[in-house]
Amino acid sequence: MTVMQKKAHNPIAHLTAEDIETLGKELDAIRDRVIASRGESDAAYIRKVISTQRRLELGSRAVLLFSLFPPAWLVGTAGLAVAKILENMEVGHNVLHGQWDWMRDPKIHSTTWEWDHVSPAEQWKHSHNELHHTYTNVIGKDNDLGYGIMRVDEDQRWHPFHLGQPLWNFINACFFEYGIAAYDLELGRNLRKGRHKAPEFRARARAVGRKIRRQFLKDYIVHPLLSGPSFLSTLAATFTANLIRNLWSHSVIMCGHFPEGVETFERRSIQGETRGEWYLRQMLGSANISGSKLMHIMTGNLSFQIEHHLFPDLPSNRYQEVAPEVRALFAKYGLTYTVGPLPKQVASAWWKVIRLSLPNRSTPAPRPADDRPATTPALVEV
Amino acid sequence: MTTTVPRPPGKLTVRDRLFRLAETATTPLLPEDYLDMVAPLRSGAALRGRIVDVRPETRDAATVTIRPGRGWRGHTPGQYVRLGVDVDGVRQWRAYSLTSVPGRPDGLISITVKAIPDGKVSNHLVRRVRPGTIVQLDQAQGDFVQPATAPERVLFVTAGSGVTPVMGMLRAGATGPADVVLVHSAPTPADVVFADELRGLAGRGAIRLVERHTDTDGVLGVAELADLVPDHLDRQTWACGPVGLLDAVEAHWAAHGVADRLHTERFRPTVISPGAGGTVTFTRAGVTAEADGGTALLDVGEEAGVLMPSGCRMGICFGCVVPLREGAVRDLRNGDVTTAVPGDGVLIQTCVSAAAGTCDIDL
Repeated sequence: MTVMQKKAHNPIAHLTAEDIETLGKELDAIRDRVIASRGESDAAYIRKVISTQRRLELGSRAVLLFSLFPPAWLVGTAGLAVAKILENMEVGHNVLHGQWDWMRDPKIHSTTWEWDHVSPAEQWKHSHNELHHTYTNVIGKDNDLGYGIMRVDEDQRWHPFHLGQPLWNFINACFFEYGIAAYDLELGRNLRKGRHKAPEFRARARAVGRKIRRQFLKDYIVHPLLSGPSFLSTLAATFTANLIRNLWSHSVIMCGHFPEGVETFERRSIQGETRGEWYLRQMLGSANISGSKLMHIMTGNLSFQIEHHLFPDLPSNRYQEVAPEVRALFAKYGLTYTVGPLPKQVASAWWKVIRLSLPNRSTPAPRPADDRPATTPALVEV
Repeated sequence: MTTTVPRPPGKLTVRDRLFRLAETATTPLLPEDYLDMVAPLRSGAALRGRIVDVRPETRDAATVTIRPGRGWRGHTPGQYVRLGVDVDGVRQWRAYSLTSVPGRPDGLISITVKAIPDGKVSNHLVRRVRPGTIVQLDQAQGDFVQPATAPERVLFVTAGSGVTPVMGMLRAGATGPADVVLVHSAPTPADVVFADELRGLAGRGAIRLVERHTDTDGVLGVAELADLVPDHLDRQTWACGPVGLLDAVEAHWAAHGVADRLHTERFRPTVISPGAGGTVTFTRAGVTAEADGGTALLDVGEEAGVLMPSGCRMGICFGCVVPLREGAVRDLRNGDVTTAVPGDGVLIQTCVSAAAGTCDIDL
């Protein structure tokens, strides 16, 4: 993976500008068809997931009241971890994307939803929906490329700090929700630029502080207290459930944009980008995870990361349905649909984190200017 | 869904304190989010109802009986209730006249719905909805009601489903000692909603019923009232029906200088020629959309994915009122243009307002 134009093989050199616009229209048609057919069964699906998640969380927390008994600890912890994963992935992430706004139910709406996460929904929506989904994989614009603490692309400049990035990545995985909160606050950049006293930053930092307090109070004080003699074991159970949730969501999210085969883009390459080119960037900049139905639900259908990036606001239960058509378009236009099982993709992403902790072995020679294909203007502009 | 719910000022009750404590255990959800799963109609919940029965009245009308939540505060005959129904997965709000007697011993309320062509909600309620369905409710509203002491002589002029609020009044005893005439229009005898009940009342002499079957007799002309009910201008009159009928009776009563004796309930806005349209910005949602001069801002907002408050969608319930921070809108019913600059605090009904230029809506 590298900025496309420097590659020996440009994956879109064979496409003309007309091809890309036709591709865009074909994707628009898929989207329009799903939107026209959204209805009662979709609404029933998300309500069922939400209700299942709440029952599971309530049940698991009830079991954990007796967490002194090892079987109760195990069952309760496992249940709570699954409930938290469902809440963040299939429910929270997708509701906050506005995937369910069309139902006009104020209880399940991106403007009113708050999630079981230390980053306030409002801030996450900005950094994720607006920045990451608009500037997907554009180096210097999409902070998801390494979250500002790692180098995950040859074209990101190496710094001795990156030597430690396998460790940073592991710590980030364990405390992922805090990492995301810091990321949504742009903590590093704001501190570096001395903006930590700006009223806007302070207001947002206070909101994060309030959210952390509430989450902490619930998970590490109220529920352990309710458990009475099981105080410590419930505390350990909740911590473990949060840890599992963090490791899982971190793994799934690494698989979305970091594995080998995913392309990145230069900042200038998106100037004047057309709808078709935006679609193409999403297609090349994302990777899927193969697996069972359960696997898809547990990843919040981010196992269909490609489909999600093409259509971020379609209901998540529909990604699987449109995936074969999307894949057929990849084949038709000679593009690589990056997909693999979870362990393989996680290993691939981790290998990249480890590999790029060291500087590049050799700088690829820049292509001569006259060698660039003239037919894909925006994406190959150097 | 959020833990920062506004609370009424004042002292906290024990119940409030308990709920606050419970919130620390349920955050980011509220205790009510869990309670709603098992007891959606409980006291203290957002007002909802459970449909218990759907009974056909005519081939395209049905009476829907609802058990309202514990928070239901009752109604006055002639009032309507706003109902939020999920149709094809999308919540739709409409207003329907209550046709049940207030304070029924079983606590149930009913509305009577006539399916209109292409009517999303009315067709759903008449033909598809099943008992057991939960619907969202608002408290009863509307001033199409009789005064506490019923007038001695009463005239009701209704057409189609316009008879529903009047049926509510008749069932609640509007006939009393009064001299009541009901002039009702429907396409055919079979289309008369509550036909048996109305004819029964007439048979017992409780009311005088004038049925007008418009398929055979043509639409009722307001001039004909002079023959049908010679003293109609002396009566306190309640009229409900289509726009044409209401416009005609309003003009007639006004021309005779007795507009104060006429009470009307409008079911549809009168739409006039569309204006210019413009760019509409929903400031807080951060959404911008192009609107033409003939589309209600409510539809524009919903199309653009903004969570718009809405209600009757016909300009009567004010459930859709939002602040117009800046810009100009045209009332689709009468063409009146309303303009606002920041600080004016102008509120507009989005369901009957179209863009008449650039609009900045505080939503």
